[in-house]
Amino acid sequence: MSISETARRPGAADRLRDALPKLVLSPTVAIVAVFVYGFIAFTFYLSFTDSRILPSFGWVGWQNYENLFRIRAWDTAVANLAIFGLLYIAICCALGLMLAILLDQKIRAEGAIRTIYLYPMALSFIVTGVAWKWFLDPGIGLEAVMRGWGWESFSFGWIKDSDMAIYTIVIAAVWQTSGFVMAMFLAGLRGIDSEMLRAARIDGATNFALYRRIVIPQLRPAFMSAFVVLAHMAIKSYDLVIALTGGGPGTATELPATFMYSYTFTRNQMGIGAASAVIMLMTIAAIIVPYLWSELREKS
Amino acid sequence: MRRLTATMTALAALGTATMGQAQDVEVLHWWTAGGEAAALNVLKDDLGGQGIGWQDMPVAGGGGTQAMTVLRARVTSGNAPTAVQMLGFDIQDWAAEGALADLNPIAEAAGWNQVIPAAIQRFATHDGQWVAAPVNVHSTNWVWANAGILDELGLEPPQDWDGFVAALDAAKAAGYVALAHGGQPWQDATVFDAVAMATGGPEFYQKAFIELDEETLGSDTMREVFDRMAVLRGYVDDNFSGRDWNLATAMVINDEAAFQLMGDWAKGEFLNAGETPGEDFLCFRFPGTQEQVIFNSDQFAMFDQAGAVSDQQAALAEAILSPEFQIAFNKVKGSVPARTDLEADALDACGQQGYAEFKAAAETGNLLGSFAHGHANPAAVKNAMYDVVTAHFNGEYDGEVAVEELVTAVQINR
Amino acid sequence: MATAPTSEAILAGTGAPARSGGRSRLAAHLPRFVLYAVLTLFCLYYLLPLYVMLSNSLKPLSEITAGGMMALPGEWTTAPWSAAWSSAQVGVEATGLRPYFVNSILMVVPAVALSTIAGALNGYVLTKWRFRGATLVFGLLLFGCFIPFQMVLIPMARMLGLMGLAGSVPGLVFVHFVYGIGFSTLYFRNYYAAFPTELVRAAQIDGAGFFRIFWRILLPSSGPIAVVCIIWQFTNIWNDFLFGASFSDFDSQPMTVALNNLVQSSTGVKEYNVHFAGAIMAALPTLFVYAVAGRFFVRGLMAGSVKG
Repeated sequence: MSISETARRPGAADRLRDALPKLVLSPTVAIVAVFVYGFIAFTFYLSFTDSRILPSFGWVGWQNYENLFRIRAWDTAVANLAIFGLLYIAICCALGLMLAILLDQKIRAEGAIRTIYLYPMALSFIVTGVAWKWFLDPGIGLEAVMRGWGWESFSFGWIKDSDMAIYTIVIAAVWQTSGFVMAMFLAGLRGIDSEMLRAARIDGATNFALYRRIVIPQLRPAFMSAFVVLAHMAIKSYDLVIALTGGGPGTATELPATFMYSYTFTRNQMGIGAASAVIMLMTIAAIIVPYLWSELREKS
Repeated sequence: MRRLTATMTALAALGTATMGQAQDVEVLHWWTAGGEAAALNVLKDDLGGQGIGWQDMPVAGGGGTQAMTVLRARVTSGNAPTAVQMLGFDIQDWAAEGALADLNPIAEAAGWNQVIPAAIQRFATHDGQWVAAPVNVHSTNWVWANAGILDELGLEPPQDWDGFVAALDAAKAAGYVALAHGGQPWQDATVFDAVAMATGGPEFYQKAFIELDEETLGSDTMREVFDRMAVLRGYVDDNFSGRDWNLATAMVINDEAAFQLMGDWAKGEFLNAGETPGEDFLCFRFPGTQEQVIFNSDQFAMFDQAGAVSDQQAALAEAILSPEFQIAFNKVKGSVPARTDLEADALDACGQQGYAEFKAAAETGNLLGSFAHGHANPAAVKNAMYDVVTAHFNGEYDGEVAVEELVTAVQINR
Repeated sequence: MATAPTSEAILAGTGAPARSGGRSRLAAHLPRFVLYAVLTLFCLYYLLPLYVMLSNSLKPLSEITAGGMMALPGEWTTAPWSAAWSSAQVGVEATGLRPYFVNSILMVVPAVALSTIAGALNGYVLTKWRFRGATLVFGLLLFGCFIPFQMVLIPMARMLGLMGLAGSVPGLVFVHFVYGIGFSTLYFRNYYAAFPTELVRAAQIDGAGFFRIFWRILLPSSGPIAVVCIIWQFTNIWNDFLFGASFSDFDSQPMTVALNNLVQSSTGVKEYNVHFAGAIMAALPTLFVYAVAGRFFVRGLMAGSVKG
């Protein structure tokens, strides 16, 4: 029930007062309408044009889309996003939840540990990528160190293996954001009503059952925030891939974001780049919109 | 499109005029490494002496791709820089958009036509107009060798393909990494450049990569080029993929590897490690390409500021082609001057050899643009070819499929 | 106490040795030991890349290129750090990262402030002055978070040109403000949704206006969520490269562009030790914010963003 409706009275000043909230909201809505939805429309239009180095407005119909689907690297990129996105979101949530529960056991030095888990978010991947690349490199990183310590049969060469390289991206990406997700779940845990837990405790529920039946279901809003943040990171993962593998070996770790950038800017195929952006956006919308819908509708 | 760009550059001119920077040049470039930037300082000081300020706009990354992205944003917003570092086909693309200033008056006065080889002019001019000032000429068909390992194995720099394979075998048998290589598409393509030239010769190279003749692209010679790439793959260590080129160079420096195929910028790494050309490391042309120079050339293009080239742009263009700057810059960069009429005494042994070969190749039509570095065909084709070369080198398919894929790649993207 | 562990209630029955009946002291302590071991193990996972960066930033370049990338420095040196700060080549002039810090701060502070204020106002309207379609408007604002930034580069450049903001700090602030609205609105909306509407209604009956209610009633209790929003925006804007590079001018390039110039060079000698020193240096402001505000951060997340 809205206040503006219950408090409605006639008169010009009152009408202004009633309109004030919407007036306050409208500039940002207008900005988003232009700079998000306007640009989406513009990209949609570009995807049907012969744009190469700069936007150009010669109509070519579906040609860019036809070309797009003939490019092998695009299939790889889409498949990779599915693998990467699923694993990344699932592992971050699982790991974040686990660490949050562990850190919630009255740990000494909680502040320090929490900061250690959180700090990767602060670093730019332009350089962290190099550290990861070296660490994962069999010749100089983990494998070499393990062998140096006498474990001769140790082998960890995923980053050099076309089939496994995408998983190294997951490892580094999880490293970067799982701490943040942990903080979100930790906050959620701290917000749970302890009386309810105490009551359940008295009823004889085991720890495991407590978490499964009472704690985790109450973390649902935290899951939503985490999902939005993670999905947004997964879709935009660009620096990470460029720094870690550059899309390689071959095109094995190409993601739609790197594909789009490469076609729009490196390869001077702006039309194909725009077509890939449109497909990407529609995919995102197909996944995000129903989720947001179900989450938001319940609350209103 | 031409008109849109023209309006935008006009806007840019308006912007610079109102901002009161008429006495300055804003230069967009990606030379931020120590030596390169120090060399650019020569240019800056030269202009400073003429009362022209230098506004530095460096954007490094991806061999200039990052800077080209920024350039597009800058031009679109009507805020184009005065001068921009550019490579090969990018210059032609921007010239075709009508965005570049006509440098003919400066070129004529300074006699650029006489001293700059036609192969370089191909990129610096558009429709008979000079639109860019070449800074240097890099060449990519070099082999860098560890002199100590070659001595130990009693090897001389090989003269042909078979000799090279024999040398690689010897190094491999002695427990060294025969060929230091980084598995990134542009590095794979750099090797491919040299192998293609050695296998098919300059005419084949010209037809296949510059003219994009489909028959040549699909020929048996091309098949052999791919087969030779597969042979080279056998001499690379297992750990090559994704490795930066300079770490591959470090393998040669650290006596782990015998050879590396890389452009002349690799020399900087050797010098920086305190090594001396001819003693600690050797530089020689890829066997079978002794007479050819596969090049790429950095140039500065001037963005049109309301019709005519401005005085500042003219001064900058002149300074770039001045003998002092050409020598000073190329000495530290590892490349050679873009003009053929200079004394090369100031360059080191590899530099002098490179400059002599460059001049000779320019005379005999053996100076050809590098496909790997965007001086043979446009970006779209180049990158599509990269995909094929890299996929084949990583064993995704054999030579026969690779040849077919190469033809398809050109068909889609030309 | 707001941040009391949930486990307090759970463990009340099991954790304490006194109540665990016949179990020995050792057995009671074992789970704690395992707990700490697991937490420490994960600390290692998170710290490893930092170790690689730190140790390499403190050794001479020759040690790195000789292959000792994972080892501790053989010879300790702080030269890379001072080089990265004040003498490394990031352009024609060897200025180090120092001058670019100011540019970044000039950009970050207003952009964070503006998007946080906008988020707070939006959240306030969307929860306390609900109108038909409010949820839809929120959904539309939120979806804006998901557009890939590479896509908006060219049209944004055009718009900035038309607005006369091209290549200026205000232009950069504007861009970050625009693409920060989605997340800041998300945080504040979720936070204010849990704020008792009765208080707002009571104030309104007392004759308080729109802004007065916001200023006097909501804002004073918005501290925790403001911290969350500020940390999030600060991290994103401080670390942004794409916009910073594309929409800046020679005199307004932010830190990340300078860091990128320091690190990325295709044909020059790569000084990895200086690169790592620069990277850690560039992250110091955000790390500082995390360390100082970390406590408030979790409290803020708890109070707001994770509650429906």
